[in-house]
Amino acid sequence: MNILVCLSQVPDTTTRIVFAADGKSLDKNGVQFIINPYDELALTKALELNESLGGGRVTVVHVGRADSESNLRKAMAIGADQAIRVDADATDAIQVARELAAIASKDRYDLILCGRESIDYNGGMVGGMLAELLGLPLVNIMTSISSNGTEAEVSFDVDGGRAYAQVAHPFVATCQKELTEPRIPNMRGIMMARTKPLEVVAASVNAEQTQVSHYEPPVAKSGCRFVDAGDMDQLVSLLHEQSKVI
Amino acid sequence: MSVLVFAPVQDGILKKLALEAVSFGVQLAHSLQSNCSVLCSSEVSAEAHQQLQELGVALCLKAEHDLMDVDSVVHDLTQAASRVGAQQLVISNTYLGKSVAPRLAVRLGMPLASGVIDAPKKSNDGWEVRRSVFSNKGYAYLQIHGHSCVMAITPNSFPIESRLVGECKTEALAVPSDGHQKKFQVNRVDRVVGKIPLTEAERVVSAGRGLKGPENWHLVESLAASLDAATACSKPVSDMHWRPHEEHVGQTGITIKPDLYIAIGISGAIQHLAGVSSSKVIVAINTDKEAPFFKVADYGIVGDAFDVLPRLTAAVQRFKASHA
Repeated sequence: MNILVCLSQVPDTTTRIVFAADGKSLDKNGVQFIINPYDELALTKALELNESLGGGRVTVVHVGRADSESNLRKAMAIGADQAIRVDADATDAIQVARELAAIASKDRYDLILCGRESIDYNGGMVGGMLAELLGLPLVNIMTSISSNGTEAEVSFDVDGGRAYAQVAHPFVATCQKELTEPRIPNMRGIMMARTKPLEVVAASVNAEQTQVSHYEPPVAKSGCRFVDAGDMDQLVSLLHEQSKVI
Repeated sequence: MSVLVFAPVQDGILKKLALEAVSFGVQLAHSLQSNCSVLCSSEVSAEAHQQLQELGVALCLKAEHDLMDVDSVVHDLTQAASRVGAQQLVISNTYLGKSVAPRLAVRLGMPLASGVIDAPKKSNDGWEVRRSVFSNKGYAYLQIHGHSCVMAITPNSFPIESRLVGECKTEALAVPSDGHQKKFQVNRVDRVVGKIPLTEAERVVSAGRGLKGPENWHLVESLAASLDAATACSKPVSDMHWRPHEEHVGQTGITIKPDLYIAIGISGAIQHLAGVSSSKVIVAINTDKEAPFFKVADYGIVGDAFDVLPRLTAAVQRFKASHA
């Protein structure tokens, strides 16, 4: 299948989030950016699907600046055939979705995969917007997929359970944790990635509808009150009388 | 002009998350000196109608069918928005909401704010909303350009307040079929029965490697049952398949916001804390008094889970018996 995988890059999960003094941006000092973990699952699943079908092509696309290119090389080292970077700041979900839709419309893709959300902005919006812009079905929060290239059997998380469905290609899906395990690039992959094509295209749309004006750290807790392990009645009465949660 | 809220009906009534969205919508409408309409599925009962009226809803639009799949929800909401002239649409950010909201916003050409945790404020050219970012490691103030928008609100973030304004009218929403061929066939849905879904739970009991193995989870389940709580786990526990992945809370799992979160034998890695730190009250139980979890906990117990859990369960049961 011809598969498009949308990648974003995010601060490493161990990052202590610090905002700049003016509160207007993330302090990127010492922050390592990685491929968004859910997007990495999308990439791995794309490769697995094509391996099971005996062929195909996987393109990764990213909306961002040149500092993300090492992660795009990593995606190609994992196994993507080519990468496209749309040279724009990814600040607004609809802006990103429209750029992705413009790329997706340039070719015939059987499947377009995204992560279920990015672990930085946690919006979970881009996949759904992209499906709507392209007029394609959406499998949101997908936990498994098998495909014969024409039709796919999928499962996905719904409130309080799991749904199983059949979907005809092409469609958009967003990937959930259980889908697969991420793949670690090997030396051969890393060598090959150096010569794979990384195309940079100019931003095509200006569709920004929202903007973050400033950030704020969470309010720190006032301190932990220790309760003796032998006196659970005291804990229960604190939870009832003081905290009013039981 | 009206604020429109999507209010899915379950078992004939509106459950907590739908009520939160409706209450949010009514408050928003009140601040705009407008009124609030809701879109409900066809099974709306007299009891559900009563709930809507008490919250202050002016108009209940009843869909012709049950609103289970995303396509029909988006389609019907689009029709309902045009019928009532809705400029603001409100949806609870559940799994269904996460699927509906982005499609709806694009179809209506409106901006979307997802993960809204505070009442929106009017700004010069639109709205300002606060949302959690970096998996609860921070907040962002999002400026929405324009008066109209779709707001997907975070579950367990808003009070359910009565605001009786009068009678809630009910009208059928006749939706012209758009005639498109269904490309998406849902064959079956497996619902978890007899357990409280983690994302909806007001109380959550969660355990980590400190429990030593899946065979010991009955201790966690007993405590959860005594508190009417959902069960959750840390990432290593789901990675080792002690527990199903949908119980994994944390940065790469589910982010939750219950009233009470009890963490047992979880050290408190930054990735785990990110997923649970918005909980109103946190209780940490750990043998290691230096465990990072105690830094974000409201109450701490230094002790062995195998000793503390049965005692805490018994204490909760005693409490419930005396307050029954």
